[in-house]
Amino acid sequence: MNMIAAMFRQPWLWAWLGALAAWLATSAFIGGKGSGEVMSAAMTFGAFFVIVALGQMFVITLGPGNVDLSIPACMTLAGTVSMKAMDGAATMIPVGLALALLVGAGIGVLNYALIRLLRIPPIIATLSSSFVFQSAAIWWNRGLRVKPPEALADLMTAKLGGMPVIALFVILLTIAGHLLLSRTIYGRGVVAIGQNMRAARLAGVKTERIRATTYIMCATLAGLCGYLLAAFSGGAALNMGEEYLLSSIAVVVIGGTSVAGGFANVPGLWGASLFLFLLVTMLNTFGAGAGIRLVMTGLIIIGVIVAASGGRNRT
Amino acid sequence: MTLELHPGECLSLVGHNGAGKSTLMNVLSGNLAPDKGRIEVAGVDITGCLTPQNATAHGVRCVFQELSLCPNLTVAENARISHPSISGIGWRGDARRLIGDKLDEVFPGHGIPADDMVSDLSIARRQMVEIARAFAVTTAEARVVILDEPTSSLDTVAAKKLLDHVRSYVRSGGTCVLISHLLGEVLDTSDRIAVMRDGGIVALDRASAFDRNSLVKAMGSVVEAVTDRAAEAAAVRDTAPVVVQATPGASRSSVLAAHRGEVVGLAGLSGQGQTELLVRVFDRAPGTTVDGEVALVAGDRQIDGIFPLWSIAENISIGSLRTFLKGMFLDRAAARDFADSWRDRIGIRTPNVDNSILSLSGGNQQKALFARALASPAQIIVMDDPMRGVDIGTKQEVYEMIREEAAKGRTFLWYTTEMDELRNCDHVYVFREGAIVADLRRSDMSEERVLRASFRADA
Repeated sequence: MNMIAAMFRQPWLWAWLGALAAWLATSAFIGGKGSGEVMSAAMTFGAFFVIVALGQMFVITLGPGNVDLSIPACMTLAGTVSMKAMDGAATMIPVGLALALLVGAGIGVLNYALIRLLRIPPIIATLSSSFVFQSAAIWWNRGLRVKPPEALADLMTAKLGGMPVIALFVILLTIAGHLLLSRTIYGRGVVAIGQNMRAARLAGVKTERIRATTYIMCATLAGLCGYLLAAFSGGAALNMGEEYLLSSIAVVVIGGTSVAGGFANVPGLWGASLFLFLLVTMLNTFGAGAGIRLVMTGLIIIGVIVAASGGRNRT
Repeated sequence: MTLELHPGECLSLVGHNGAGKSTLMNVLSGNLAPDKGRIEVAGVDITGCLTPQNATAHGVRCVFQELSLCPNLTVAENARISHPSISGIGWRGDARRLIGDKLDEVFPGHGIPADDMVSDLSIARRQMVEIARAFAVTTAEARVVILDEPTSSLDTVAAKKLLDHVRSYVRSGGTCVLISHLLGEVLDTSDRIAVMRDGGIVALDRASAFDRNSLVKAMGSVVEAVTDRAAEAAAVRDTAPVVVQATPGASRSSVLAAHRGEVVGLAGLSGQGQTELLVRVFDRAPGTTVDGEVALVAGDRQIDGIFPLWSIAENISIGSLRTFLKGMFLDRAAARDFADSWRDRIGIRTPNVDNSILSLSGGNQQKALFARALASPAQIIVMDDPMRGVDIGTKQEVYEMIREEAAKGRTFLWYTTEMDELRNCDHVYVFREGAIVADLRRSDMSEERVLRASFRADA
């Protein structure tokens, strides 16, 4: 009984229940045929959301005011730079990956420098820096779409034992993220800072080092996501990061992480991104119009957040 | 248990941390509804309809241990919150006058501008504002004023002013409930004293029927033995190497030096730069030499100390995470066992260290902060008036622990506003206006000398 009660207090539970319900409703509507494909698609698309949301989760957990709005621009720039560098050559795949990660890390360093040295609030700092990065991406490829190396594109759509390879990779990434959050000095420090930055400093937490690491990690993950997404969707497009701005935050919050900081969990990221994808799929299958779809999406998200906040637990 | 409050008397509540003093007060002020029992005012049963909002209308006023001011509002605006009868055009001026006059009356020479943001005030000044607000009278009269640890952040001089005011308020027919761990002020100020233990009253009598020893015994503690350690202290200072050297912010000031294994006291009125110096040592600010790791025990626990979303165990172990590393990862079972052993050592009253830190009473939260610093590997420990709200039994144990740790070679910098605590120090520096104005050896230290140094010769 206690285990069941404890289960119901898990903050990530509601996102998972929502995802399951949306999937079952869709499957029932289409008569069970193709429900496996729906799930497989959800795993693939969800994986991209989870990559950026993982970084955003650490940033948001740093406490009120901490959020990275440069994720879309960072994805676009990293995707553009790496695709152009590889220019379709399979031998350049590792170089492209390294470049994407470097672009991400560099953007993270710049963001943190603005926040720390110029004392600009993170929201403003990352928003304004994102204009610079977005312009850099435009200037870099002049709007041309460079195709990814074929081997890389194939890898993105490959399956292993029925599971998309990309989803398997991101599952490993999230396991690492979970361990980082709950089992390392860094992770404990992030959660402490989010509750009370001054107390964390006075308790001996290296607050500035941890904040820097967090912003750099978030941007690096965005760079990785830009690289993978460009490879998946046949090249980098200038608007490829657009929907990741709000989604990265929505996935974090629906997943049960506190917007006020100091409390986070990783399993909820997967639940929430599957839920968001499956919810839209469900409404599409039902043949709902665009207007109804948006209204329903909003209402259902509110419902899940209310349900989840009723049973908030500590990490 | 039954507790009667009469007009024109001051009743004191004493007892251990977690004995139920603050809980009783929360019931009286309408913050918590009683599970059973009744509350009567002048013979009328008001159980169940008492809320914090109408408690004021019944004439009940509270000064909370964890202060209840809104930090983002000014002193005057905070005064308006609990006095809704101030309204209309010019309310700000009325509120300013109300709180300003009361502050002048209770704490002459307080120096608190009514337009200052509460977040900019030191904890001592915040406490003064909270107290003045409770005594201020508009349309609702103040029939019962409940003071929970009102002097815990005040220095000796301000505490004296408050207690004098309590006496004159009681003489004019008011009722005062005083909750305090400082037995001296309890004995001097109250008419009756109730001793609480584990949620019940174990002794209730006229104040004159008690003395310090009988009170301590009633609370269930062992009477302290005052030891003289002047000779020992001198030996440490003459032989051990200096581990901390720091200068306060003010331009003309002596230098503070702490030797290995020494307990150095920082004295003076509150807010004279002691906390700032401790933070400078903690941060290793330019101009300070610090030889070794530093851990800090916060005094202002809400702002500097606790992590409210975490368990007791997590709050204790954050100070020594590195010792639980097994390869890359933290060994959580070891951290929990470690917190468990410190709960027993320092006597935190909780059945389970996995409970939320907020489930503890104020004094027990403070013990958890002590455990965090003492348990850490740091060899230098700076303490920012760390005994706020800690009961006398625990204080004795913590003093003892500090002495033991000092004997093992740890160095303590201890800012305190209580004279009794200075007697546990080997060397005392007195602060005034951000500078060190007196440097007293243990053998030279006396209450009178500390007080004399705390005030300017011309003031």
